[in-house]
Amino acid sequence: MTLTATSFDWVRALVHKESAIVLQPGKEYLVEARLLPIARKLGIADVSAFVESVRSRPDAESTRRIVEALTTNETSWFRDGDPFTALTSTVVPAVLAARGPTERLQIWSAACSSGQEPYTIAMLLEDALPNAASRVAITATDLSREMVERTRAGRFSQLEVNRGLPAPMLVRHFTRAGSEWEVAPTLRRMVTASECNLAAPLPRMGPFDVVYLRNVLIYFDLPTKRSILSRVRTLMRPDGWLFLGAAETTLGVDDSWERVVIGRSSAYRPVKGA
Amino acid sequence: MRALVIDDSRVMRRIVAGILEDLGYETVQAGHGREGLDVLDGGWIPDLVCVDWNMPVMDGLQFVSVVRSNPAWRSMTIMMVTSESEHTQIVRALAAGAHEYVIKPFTADAIRDKLALLGLLPEEVAL
Repeated sequence: MTLTATSFDWVRALVHKESAIVLQPGKEYLVEARLLPIARKLGIADVSAFVESVRSRPDAESTRRIVEALTTNETSWFRDGDPFTALTSTVVPAVLAARGPTERLQIWSAACSSGQEPYTIAMLLEDALPNAASRVAITATDLSREMVERTRAGRFSQLEVNRGLPAPMLVRHFTRAGSEWEVAPTLRRMVTASECNLAAPLPRMGPFDVVYLRNVLIYFDLPTKRSILSRVRTLMRPDGWLFLGAAETTLGVDDSWERVVIGRSSAYRPVKGA
Repeated sequence: MRALVIDDSRVMRRIVAGILEDLGYETVQAGHGREGLDVLDGGWIPDLVCVDWNMPVMDGLQFVSVVRSNPAWRSMTIMMVTSESEHTQIVRALAAGAHEYVIKPFTADAIRDKLALLGLLPEEVAL
């Protein structure tokens, strides 16, 4: 049985309520594809039957798993590489020049998925800075508990390390752990992972010098985008740097950011006094 | 852009060549390292070589070493595409002169991601 309109509408409403993410009509295929593995694990043959069973008797664990399944996105190492080039070429030198020698560089990977983004940043800074482990703190957050746990574990499958991780970096920063690859302890110590719902009041964190908030805003409606950008700004240093996804911008959303072009990438910086 | 695909498995050659052709590459295939060298000696110089490790006659590591010892072939980018997945094997391949390393099994996206890293995605695809 394919997904019924009632089931889809209930999932849409649930995902919007819990994460503010908008599932547009036409995304039925996504709901089916993401929820089918969960339904099958529970011995339920089709997605509608699974959704109906949760709808008739909602429980926190099942609803959490549904929301997580629909808000977790594919990721790869060095995804859209330009914002990482900008980090080492321009942003880190500027931040270090503006800070005292003992101040830690604070970076936030705000939708870290299974950890590729925060560990990409950690590898780059480990290679670029002497004593990076003591000078850099990377906060990695995600809506999904499962993704946060995966980031903490720092273990990746063969297929995952094939996705955009340069081989010289793989051999320098990872060791084999059975059929998986495990990130080096020095990098794991740089990364602290925790759950965080960007659409809800944010926990006390930062202040951050650099924020990676990539491929997140595209899922939200305009008022939610605006409130997320505003909340993120309160956790940033006044001279901080924000990286968005290639298809995202603050222009027309929130005027309190200034766009700065760095090579083939763009960063956004809080406008002074805004 | 041109790519030479070297693998003793005809199926695997076709898969790798198919992915590269979809990205706009012109490809030539060879069944082992010696055959691959024959293609280069014949004057067909690719931008990229995708080479397996374990093959009869001449294996991929020997092929990489021979290519790297010839200054005329220095411009070629070499990517090993192999089921050899140990840390030490990858180190050996890179030390011999391979630029990148893809472990089988892989997806088309993995090849594409690696080419992007190497700056070898044809422009119309990269855009």
